[in-house]
Amino acid sequence: MRTRIIQFPGSNCDHDAYHAVKNVLAEPDTEFVWHKSETIGEDVDLVILPGGFSYGDYLRTGAIARFSPVMKDVIRFANEGGTVIGICNGFQVLCESGLLPGVLIRNESLKFICKEVHLRTETVATRFTSALTRGHVLKIPIAHGEGNFIATDEVLADIESSGQVIFRYASPDGDVVRSANPNGSLNNIAGIVNKDGNVFGMMPHPERACEIILGSSDGLPIFESLRESFNHVDEHRLAAQAA
Amino acid sequence: MSYYVYIAIERKEAILDPQGKAIEHALSSLGFTSISNTRIGKLVRLKVEAASPDAARHIGEEAARKLLANAIMEEFSVIEVTDQPHLSVGAHA
Repeated sequence: MRTRIIQFPGSNCDHDAYHAVKNVLAEPDTEFVWHKSETIGEDVDLVILPGGFSYGDYLRTGAIARFSPVMKDVIRFANEGGTVIGICNGFQVLCESGLLPGVLIRNESLKFICKEVHLRTETVATRFTSALTRGHVLKIPIAHGEGNFIATDEVLADIESSGQVIFRYASPDGDVVRSANPNGSLNNIAGIVNKDGNVFGMMPHPERACEIILGSSDGLPIFESLRESFNHVDEHRLAAQAA
Repeated sequence: MSYYVYIAIERKEAILDPQGKAIEHALSSLGFTSISNTRIGKLVRLKVEAASPDAARHIGEEAARKLLANAIMEEFSVIEVTDQPHLSVGAHA
């Protein structure tokens, strides 16, 4: 799985993502790409936009990173069906760049919240969640001040009816209730995918929950799902070459 | 010519403004009970090289559309185009 992790000035979860993919998942072809690069490189399977505070969150979170030189190629890659996952600030960048609908605003409480939350898996028919089961509850940390997902009524209805909500904040038992919503997100939304199913953003940090020693390995199935989907692609490639 | 273009950016009315709400709480505890619907926005000043105030305004609007405001949650308006680095209304009179 050729994975490229984009580094913006102010990214601070880039090494966490790198560790999760390179060391825990043991995928050797994992590298960083500096935001000034004009290209993400050839034959990339997965692009990760990591968490952090790109450009100090100036203007709006993700708003300036979205115009970094490398983003042109990330957007091209995504529009051609390439797999992109944005975590936390990466999710904000994806919304600002228009690759995902909606936008993330200040937490309802106005507080930066750093704690473990529970997520209910809403759909497993994606390359990001195929290793999970529907309703599966994951324990994954959040660390954000602006994770409050909003969209217009029409856009929200469209996201819901198209099955684009991947994770919702829930109780440990999987009940999607107001008290389990840390930031005020509409419909307890914690992660969404685009219509084509190749661009995914989530506020919680799966890369920080890939080893028991860190308190949870519930984030690992997301990366395992991705690897599985690329192995299938590779098998197709090999079969096509053999034919 | 260079002009100063002032752009106000506000959150759409339908979108919750937790900062505005917090400030309103503080104001009300100070006794400002007649104040309501407090909202926080941004004021951006750009120095623009352009042939005319209208051309400068146009460039400011383009900048706002492309970067300064997010149309999903915000609305913007150019509130003044002037050759002075301050707003004419009330300021530095």
